[in-house]
Amino acid sequence: MISYLEKMVKDTLDAVGNVSILFLQTIYWTFHNLRTGRFAFGNLIEQMSRIGVDSLLMVAITGVSTGAVLVVQIGYQFAQMGAQSYVGGVVALSMARELAPILTSIVVAGRVGSAIAAELGTMKITEQIDALETMATNPVEYLVVPRFWGCTIMLFMLTIFTNVVGMIGGSIVAVNQIGLTLISFKDSILHMLQIQDLMGGLIKATVFGSIIGVIGCYKGFTTEGGAEGVGQSTTSAVVVSIMLILAVNYFLTVGINNFCVAYLQ
Amino acid sequence: MIIVSNVHKSFGPKKVLKGVNLKIYDGESLVILGPSGCGKSVLLKNIIGLMKPDSGQVIIDGEDITRFDQKRLDALRMRMGMLFQSAALFDSLNVEENIAFGLRRHTKLSNRAIHHLVSEKLELVGLPGTNYLMPSELSGGMRKRVGLARAIAMEPEIILYDEPTTGLDPIMTSAIDELHLSLKERLGVTSIVVTHDLKSAYRVCDRIALHYGGQIVEIGTREEIINSPNPVVQQFIRGEAQGPMTLL
Repeated sequence: MISYLEKMVKDTLDAVGNVSILFLQTIYWTFHNLRTGRFAFGNLIEQMSRIGVDSLLMVAITGVSTGAVLVVQIGYQFAQMGAQSYVGGVVALSMARELAPILTSIVVAGRVGSAIAAELGTMKITEQIDALETMATNPVEYLVVPRFWGCTIMLFMLTIFTNVVGMIGGSIVAVNQIGLTLISFKDSILHMLQIQDLMGGLIKATVFGSIIGVIGCYKGFTTEGGAEGVGQSTTSAVVVSIMLILAVNYFLTVGINNFCVAYLQ
Repeated sequence: MIIVSNVHKSFGPKKVLKGVNLKIYDGESLVILGPSGCGKSVLLKNIIGLMKPDSGQVIIDGEDITRFDQKRLDALRMRMGMLFQSAALFDSLNVEENIAFGLRRHTKLSNRAIHHLVSEKLELVGLPGTNYLMPSELSGGMRKRVGLARAIAMEPEIILYDEPTTGLDPIMTSAIDELHLSLKERLGVTSIVVTHDLKSAYRVCDRIALHYGGQIVEIGTREEIINSPNPVVQQFIRGEAQGPMTLL
């Protein structure tokens, strides 16, 4: 039992170290290629399209339903208390600060993190990554950099999109079921939502995007065995990404709140 | 000249290479024979720097590549090409993009010049007009030939072949061997071929080395190997299940 725990701690520390090294290498190659004019913008745009544009439908459904459900959950209670003018604002705050970044990240982790791990894992076991190296091409530079930035940039964009469609979903339910007017819903949002709420959520989304990118690539690079290994890496990429996102979310929330209290109020 | 000197490599408790010594002369075609799983591919990956030996040296043109930093290793790899066992074509790129990969990244050739070079290499491997096919549309033999075209695209001085004929039918095996010989004749490259296909080995070799138990147990010309008194060599070339060589 002790040796099992020892091994688990050692493996976890190893993985944390290796993920950190991969992250630092990604940052190094990004700046190196920007400085030398070798940054593959074409690859980045391709990845942004695969990661972002192809996720739009899932993210839209998630955003609309979340906004709608939030209004249903709080709308009647607020109406009973005569606080219906707060519905729009409360929905907007919940979406901007927590729900949009978290739910978008979980959707993207499931859809994109797994795809990255599966793609790179397959490349690893079919020697395509070795082939890259024999052609004097660094796999981190060629494979990880565009995926990492693709995830990071697109999660930022997708979270803005989730916020917007969440408000739309919420407003439809508020108008049709709760009996609010569109103008009072909108006024409530404008009154309660501040730019720091939106920015806090977007900062979180950016960090979550980088987590999904780096974990997906790391799990792909460390794939061993055949199809079974690819399956394990894929599952593991999603589970580890979501766990990390949830854990990091707490610290980011505390950090952003403290920053807002100290400097913006 | 390539010198492999006392190279050791282990994976956990499993010792795969136990002091391999080997010399490969310029322009020579050396075939490394050995049973499946004996570490031939590991040896090849140590020679091209994909793996680092636990101890020992790999000396290419007088320099120990195990001490090279990434920049020098990349410069060396520009002079080498490798055909992988599974061809290792990039799934997301078509045949032309696969072959042109190194040219696009490491030369300033125009698109037209690259297209011309790729078509020339495809002609050389007997696959003209397949530029825009995807790897998934190719047969096993075609994939190997495209892999070979990619390996020679940068006109390397050294080509490493990892099981070039495994899984191919006898006619395709013969075609790959002839391709190997014609490349050697036309480009004068040094080749290291890892295989367990004896027939193919006899066709393409200048010398043969038998790798077993983590070491080179015999090295010599085709005739020297065939007439070797070493019982391990005899068991391997006769393909006998009984003998000093145990199944892995």
